Amino acid sequence: MSSIKPRVKVPKEVSIDEIVEIKTLIRHPMHSGRMKDADGQTIPRQIINFFIAKFNGKDVFKMELEPSISTNPYIVFQFKAKESGTFDFEWIDDNGEKYSISKKMAVS
Amino acid sequence: MKLKKLRKISRRNALQLIATFTGTAMLPSISFSQTNKALDRINEITKGLGAIESDIYLDLPEIAENGNQVKVSFEMDSPMTETDHVKAVYILADGNPSPNVAKFYFTPEMGSCSATTRMRLSKTQNVYLLAENNNGQFLMTNAKVKVTIGGCGG
Repeated sequence: MSSIKPRVKVPKEVSIDEIVEIKTLIRHPMHSGRMKDADGQTIPRQIINFFIAKFNGKDVFKMELEPSISTNPYIVFQFKAKESGTFDFEWIDDNGEKYSISKKMAVS
Repeated sequence: MKLKKLRKISRRNALQLIATFTGTAMLPSISFSQTNKALDRINEITKGLGAIESDIYLDLPEIAENGNQVKVSFEMDSPMTETDHVKAVYILADGNPSPNVAKFYFTPEMGSCSATTRMRLSKTQNVYLLAENNNGQFLMTNAKVKVTIGGCGG
């Protein structure tokens, strides 16, 4: 599933104790299991059900997603910058497939 | 002549209006008689303790033209320290096939308790926010969203 690509916006350089906004978006159909295709067949449920954001290996934010979340899940959260490091983002779907991306952030 | 014509139309319109009003006025009474799935879920999460109605900033459109993409964001006043922080926030919708929309897990590292996402709403309904503090206290708020085109599929 190479068509599913996550995109994340993390500020590259921030000052210490600044609260930064992290924006994430992943292209995913998020089939709720209720939609029907052109032939009237129900499309089976296939959604991203979990999202984790780690900073320097430590969990900072997690989210459980349900079928009520829109196509191409968009998640925004805030983080208080204390030290330079790397963010690791991971999305997990119903098949257990994992999509991940890493971003560096420098704190001065 | 003109006046006469106008009056004629308005009388007909008035009749139509009465018909539509009585029709819509009956709708809410039907939905009220059903059990509220979101409140039931809140009861389940809080293990019957219930939540305190609180001033939480919950940003939702008053009217959503497309129920497929409804932006929801919230912000809570919390010091976000190890000893006092919001642990989890639930978003629940009482008119969707399943009341659960999302559960957010917060940590003190985040510095603030705020998040944004986009959700589906199948029809006009109330959206609830339930927040769980690390000391076990629950806070909640709700907002009504009018949905023009539903977004949960047929």
